[in-house]
Amino acid sequence: MSLEKKYPKEVKQILAKYPPEHKRSAVMPLLYLAQREEGYINKTAMQDIAQILDITETEVASIVGFYTLYHDKKEGKYRMQVCTDLPCALRGAEEFMNSLCGNLGIKVGETTEDGLITLEGVMCLAACDKAPMFQIQGADGIEYHENMTVDRTMELISVLKRSGREVK
Amino acid sequence: MMEHILLRHRDIPDINRLDVYKKNGGFAAFKNAVTKMKPNEVTDVVKNSGLRGRGGAGFPTGMKWAFIDNKNWPHYVVANADESEPGTFKDREIMEGNPFQFLEGVAIASYAVGANAAYVYLRGEFWQLAAFLDEKIAEMEEAGYLGKDLFGTEYSLKIHTHLGAGAYICGEETAMLESLEGKRGQPRVRPPFPPSYGLYGKPTVVNNVETLTNVPLILANGADWYKSMGTADSAGVKIFSLSGRVRKPGNYELPFGTSFRELIYTHGGGVQDSRKVKAIMPAGASSSMILVDDEKVLDTQMDYATVRTLGADLGSASVIVIDDSVSMDWLINKTIRFFKHESCGKCTTCREGTYWMSHLTERIHDGTGTNADVDLLLNVAKQMQGKCLCALGEFSTMAVVTSIERFPQDFKKAVSKA
Repeated sequence: MSLEKKYPKEVKQILAKYPPEHKRSAVMPLLYLAQREEGYINKTAMQDIAQILDITETEVASIVGFYTLYHDKKEGKYRMQVCTDLPCALRGAEEFMNSLCGNLGIKVGETTEDGLITLEGVMCLAACDKAPMFQIQGADGIEYHENMTVDRTMELISVLKRSGREVK
Repeated sequence: MMEHILLRHRDIPDINRLDVYKKNGGFAAFKNAVTKMKPNEVTDVVKNSGLRGRGGAGFPTGMKWAFIDNKNWPHYVVANADESEPGTFKDREIMEGNPFQFLEGVAIASYAVGANAAYVYLRGEFWQLAAFLDEKIAEMEEAGYLGKDLFGTEYSLKIHTHLGAGAYICGEETAMLESLEGKRGQPRVRPPFPPSYGLYGKPTVVNNVETLTNVPLILANGADWYKSMGTADSAGVKIFSLSGRVRKPGNYELPFGTSFRELIYTHGGGVQDSRKVKAIMPAGASSSMILVDDEKVLDTQMDYATVRTLGADLGSASVIVIDDSVSMDWLINKTIRFFKHESCGKCTTCREGTYWMSHLTERIHDGTGTNADVDLLLNVAKQMQGKCLCALGEFSTMAVVTSIERFPQDFKKAVSKA
């Protein structure tokens, strides 16, 4: 089913934010909408968006490629994105990341065997005073977790595993 | 302790509720501006207050508003809420804690430049915050502070949020406009500047969140009140985001002219493990390194002009404290990794420069570099300066050049392992 058929209300709301003659502006919110389904944007969704906005599929794909929060392939259900940039690194983020890798038995960039968590190292998330910290990107949103310890992170992961809940 | 002007949620509980904000004088400045003042009179008050842009460049805000081209319509206001500089986390606290004052600032700026539509461009990671702001905007519409024919006049205003999707470069104002137009976030060649050619090619004012949050109280209390705080060159208060090796990192709202010592020791609780401050980065990862070889450096006033005497810029006042356990070859390897990742790829200087610098910093840091690599790194960085399309490329060279020049011993040590 096309994006417009599936989410008629949301598509309309998104388009209403921008002048009708500049509806291309809606490409980013529409991509987020498409990503809701499976945590990544498939080819059909890109075609849908291109059609809604009267732009080419290549132009839509170039947006997906440019911005780091859009994904074009399936990874873990949750992307755990740990900030290891300078201010966080000065407050122990690298040690935190190494211990997480050890506990999860994966390297940065890899996904746990059960397909639950993909561990990623990311750039500054504007939470430098609350390191170590990470965000969890799920299909339907992003959630911050700050002042974290490895123990609390492992607890959070087991909750995610049990509940299978969606991140808001 | 002085009452906060920006972080008012720390003094007034629940100021993020519309009734509480209103009870504390909220929206009176906007109503007064729309019903009793001409747009250029509003701009004049802001001009006279000495308010300068808080995103990093420090450009006089009122002057920017006065540049808006009145021969070309419609006009737009874009609030820069892309906050992505490593070390900066102030705008997020403002929007979470004191959202209405920020939104009232957006509204006043819009009235002053004749815009009927404003966009708040938030970095994609502020997903929850964007939803929160959408609720606050809806409450303002409900209460008659946004929408058609405001306060019985002919002035109308809509504010929309727009989420980015993870790109530091979108904090650069023309890249932000490209992104808002649904394109890749790559800076435009300037001039023309946004006040003449902005969003959709129309005159646009782009202001940082903190800048706009100052505006309602400046209108309410007058330009002289604002100018009475801070220094002659840097009027008013600033939120200093303090991070790195301090005991109490966080946001501290202080008048311009406060010393580094007061920020780090009185507010920040001093350095972790009671070590010595080795260097200060006053403008996040884009900083030149301030060498702290003399205790007196810590007594330097934090304002735009005085920080410059130390060979650095205050920028967004994201103060990262570096202690004597840190080696500069490690530090610049971190900052260069960041800039290489965030380079948009449009101009050759930055795309190639950050790529080659990252190879050199990596090698020097892992102990396989030589003296010649350090010389080459310095050479590449200096060659880039003045040749980049936007400030990102320039910023990438700051920490590299000043680390090598001001902390040569760290690099000597790093290459001695080879």
